[in-house]
Amino acid sequence: MKNHSTLKKPAINLHAQQKVTGKWHYKSYTVVRKIGQGAIGSVYLCMYNGRPVALKMSEQDAAVTVEVNVLKALKKVQGYRLGPSLLDVDDWTAPNGRVYSFYVMEYMEGQKLGAFIQARGKKWLGVLMVQLLEDLDQLHQAGWTFGDLKTDNILVESNPPRIRLVDVGGTTRMGRSIKEYTEFFDRGYWSLGTRKAEPSYDLFAVAMVFLHIYYPRRFERTTGEPSEKLLEKKLYRAKDLQLLHPILRKALRGKYHTATEMKMDVMDKIKQVQRRRSQYRKKVQQKKTYPVKESLSISLVASVFWIISLLLP
Amino acid sequence: MNAGTLKQILLLTDGCSNKGEDPAIVASLANQQGITVNVIGILDDDQTEQPEGLQEVEDIAVSGGGVSQIVYSERLSQTVQMVTRQAMTQTLQGFVNKELRSILGKDQSMEELDPEKRGEIMEVVEDLGETSDLEVVVLVDSSASMRDKLETVKEALFDLSMSLNARVGKNRFCIYRFPGRRSDIELVLDWSPRLDGISRVFPKLTSGGITPTGPALRAAMYQFSKKQLRRNSDEEPFDIEETGY
Repeated sequence: MKNHSTLKKPAINLHAQQKVTGKWHYKSYTVVRKIGQGAIGSVYLCMYNGRPVALKMSEQDAAVTVEVNVLKALKKVQGYRLGPSLLDVDDWTAPNGRVYSFYVMEYMEGQKLGAFIQARGKKWLGVLMVQLLEDLDQLHQAGWTFGDLKTDNILVESNPPRIRLVDVGGTTRMGRSIKEYTEFFDRGYWSLGTRKAEPSYDLFAVAMVFLHIYYPRRFERTTGEPSEKLLEKKLYRAKDLQLLHPILRKALRGKYHTATEMKMDVMDKIKQVQRRRSQYRKKVQQKKTYPVKESLSISLVASVFWIISLLLP
Repeated sequence: MNAGTLKQILLLTDGCSNKGEDPAIVASLANQQGITVNVIGILDDDQTEQPEGLQEVEDIAVSGGGVSQIVYSERLSQTVQMVTRQAMTQTLQGFVNKELRSILGKDQSMEELDPEKRGEIMEVVEDLGETSDLEVVVLVDSSASMRDKLETVKEALFDLSMSLNARVGKNRFCIYRFPGRRSDIELVLDWSPRLDGISRVFPKLTSGGITPTGPALRAAMYQFSKKQLRRNSDEEPFDIEETGY
């Protein structure tokens, strides 16, 4: 214990049925299974008083504390649920004698964004994008950038479908440097902007998230080709995103300064499509009256021919 | 708010030292002078097990008060920036712990505080990490086995400078390779706030089979301007009270 800060703390792995009891608040959690692993620690599904909760533990105490601070700050954004709600923060003395920090949050059930679109179809793209941008806008207005926005960090709760952001590990105060990112979704990686925390950083990632749905295996930057061209090409090939092309392109270029601007554009697009669809429907309905007329006139012509044929010897 | 300057040596290597003094001893010497030594061991893509030589990587970082990580070259960019940041936090936490001990008694450190108080202190540490100036001497192993990895190293360093330059605090980097043609280390890029210029100088580096990590670390230590080096490890590089804690 003496060399606490000098000796490297080994990574920790909890197994099913293991009990984790907090050193400060004495609450006891029973591990069910691991549900995720990130750059900082792992998340486990646990039971507490017969209720499922998510527990995050890491060998990096400082990083855990930083995440807890973010969750606490988000709690203060009233009347809006941004990220998972925080239930407990504590330390646990592991069987190896070392102390690990952990925190407990609500367990969110839902489908990953990609899986949801695959299952329910592209008609949900616009709606979910609007929801995502709404959440981001709230976050931005509260003075935070989400940072590590990626498909894995977006859940869709069902009934009614609702986007939820999970894992606030990359959430950074505006104007600072992004704490944590994933290359594919990071505009710095594509040389299309800095890693300064500002709304346009998240909006770039939004565009990449939707691109990722159609390139589940992701792709890498190439040395010969400017990233802007490459991304444009990939965007063009994702036919389902066609309607959103101009908006996504604008986000990739960093032309949106707020999430609201982008949201408005998406909503306009949705309205346009609905208008076009209803016009189309009207046309179809008009067409529906044609078959009656058509069959009538055909039978009329046919009967005329029949009468003439009768008259003929 | 001026939070002072953090000093780091970032050592990138793929093997064990085989010439000169023990690098771990040099690293602890550097640490006593207020320099943090971070080490990244780079694995070949086809290496499945961690070779024994890379145990040295952790030893150097532990005695240098820094962070170590062993990675495949494809993960290098992210690792380099994570290690640098983690080490900054660790160093700053060290200062805060020292302050705590002087206020609250010998046995107090951040880990012993309840999570509530720890959170408040961590905010201060984060603030310092964002605003303090940073100087990094990058030390690149350029022995023959590194040849294929240098392109990735170049990208990772470029990426590092991009990450750090998004901070509020100022940065200065310089790059040395070792072994040099005539001496233990050889200058690749002199102190500069950005690493944009590295594309031109980088591919040229490769040299023989020896890896004098210890002597190279010692030479790197002297690249921080000499008058700034602290003789006495008890002096703080900056005054924490001044920063609002």
